[in-house]
Amino acid sequence: MSKTVLSVDHVGMKFNLASEKVDDLKDYVIKFLKRQLMYKEFWALKDVTFEVKKGDRVGILGLNGAGKSTLLKCVAGVLKPTEGKITTKGVIVPLLELGAGFDKQYTGAENIYLYGAMLGYSKSFIEEKYKEIVKFSELGDFINVPVKNYSSGMKSRLGFSIATIVEPDILILDEVLSVGDAKFRKKSEKKIKSMIDKNVTVLFVSHSIDQVRDICNKAILLEQGHLVASGDVEDVIAIYESKISEN
Amino acid sequence: MKRLFKNFLKYRYLLRELIKKDIKLKYRRSYLGILWTLLEPLFTMMVLTLVFSGFYGKSDKTFPVYILTGRLLFTFFSNSTKAATKSIRSNAGMIKKVYVPKYIYPISTICSNFIFFMISLIVLVAVALVLGVYPTKYVFLAVVPILNLLVMTLGVGLMLATFSVFFRDMEYLWGIVLTLIMYCCAIFYEPKRVIKTGFGWILEINPLYWVIENFRDAVFGRPLDMRAFAFSTTFACVTLVLGIFVFYKQQDKFILNI
Repeated sequence: MSKTVLSVDHVGMKFNLASEKVDDLKDYVIKFLKRQLMYKEFWALKDVTFEVKKGDRVGILGLNGAGKSTLLKCVAGVLKPTEGKITTKGVIVPLLELGAGFDKQYTGAENIYLYGAMLGYSKSFIEEKYKEIVKFSELGDFINVPVKNYSSGMKSRLGFSIATIVEPDILILDEVLSVGDAKFRKKSEKKIKSMIDKNVTVLFVSHSIDQVRDICNKAILLEQGHLVASGDVEDVIAIYESKISEN
Repeated sequence: MKRLFKNFLKYRYLLRELIKKDIKLKYRRSYLGILWTLLEPLFTMMVLTLVFSGFYGKSDKTFPVYILTGRLLFTFFSNSTKAATKSIRSNAGMIKKVYVPKYIYPISTICSNFIFFMISLIVLVAVALVLGVYPTKYVFLAVVPILNLLVMTLGVGLMLATFSVFFRDMEYLWGIVLTLIMYCCAIFYEPKRVIKTGFGWILEINPLYWVIENFRDAVFGRPLDMRAFAFSTTFACVTLVLGIFVFYKQQDKFILNI
């Protein structure tokens, strides 16, 4: 029950902000020779350490630019931290910007297979769940239309339906609870709630304190890349709210 | 190493899907579709034959086969390295959102180009039979240059994919380099003519020329030129190792630059 499924160990993520963008070889050579290649270092995350136990639902709080999304991307494996180590156990499903992996010229049906493969599903698994995905997305006949003709709501509905078809061990949510119209939003909220009920571990980023309170039992607070508080959701929210009123 | 292999197995299906996507989308909405893979080399061969044998008044009946062997191999090399150069950047959207081993992008475009290349070999077989170039026992040795070409292309493609993430200019530069390589491959002229003028060394330092020579040996029923074989195989293996090394060294920095 209290197995650690995610441990973030002294993680730091450094970005080089080029003071001037160097994009081509000529510029690079000239700047290199003149010793003008200056980078401003920027630590989006610095020395962040925390652990998540199985079944915990952790809200990640912080103002804009605190490093929340960077942290999620590190956990999802998209970014590799500059220092420190992240260990995860089990299947991670990241619900970050839905439908970003779609090919515009492909139809919805073809994209189900492509996006599914990208998330690491097997062919037989997708075939088995295909109908369920189509049904949940409510796309109907539009499933055979190229995605370039989809509205943004349709795209994220399809993305959401594909990503949530598995039963993940760790679910990463980056403010995706606002998918599609009011009707679909209700449905997606219900789906996520049902996943949470199955003892899934959740990492949840939101600016809405009510949502965090509703879903999470634990929380961490980030400020300019540093971890300032972690613990029970109510305690952390109290700290967060006092920080906001300070400003 | 074992983890790498397991990872590859896990994403094997994605590799297949990406290759399938390339093939499906290439000719989608064109009337002749995949037939273009056959028609395109056939027509280019006709044009080149007209220019280089008609205008120069040569009478060698098998010259079209000579041109086709060179052109098919070069086109594969050129198309797939060009596609590999762009592969990381054109898939930036996915790389930023979902974790997938990044080598899958250059490799999948090279593989799909390889499939197109294999299909286009049908043209070669047909033209050769029509013009009376019949296969001999040496034809099986064509596998050797084709494998060398594939390995070479993978190596060069991985390197170019890496470089172009950091320098966008690579795409244009490589286009120019490819033109240079094309003229140094003896695709539509006979190497004799270059060697006679003392510029034979240009061909000698071009590994692609050796691959094409080996392939022609097989098609025209000559034993494998061992020097060409040794040179191109060494080059192919070295580029592949180097390509993998460079790619792995830099791949974590890709996302910061796309």
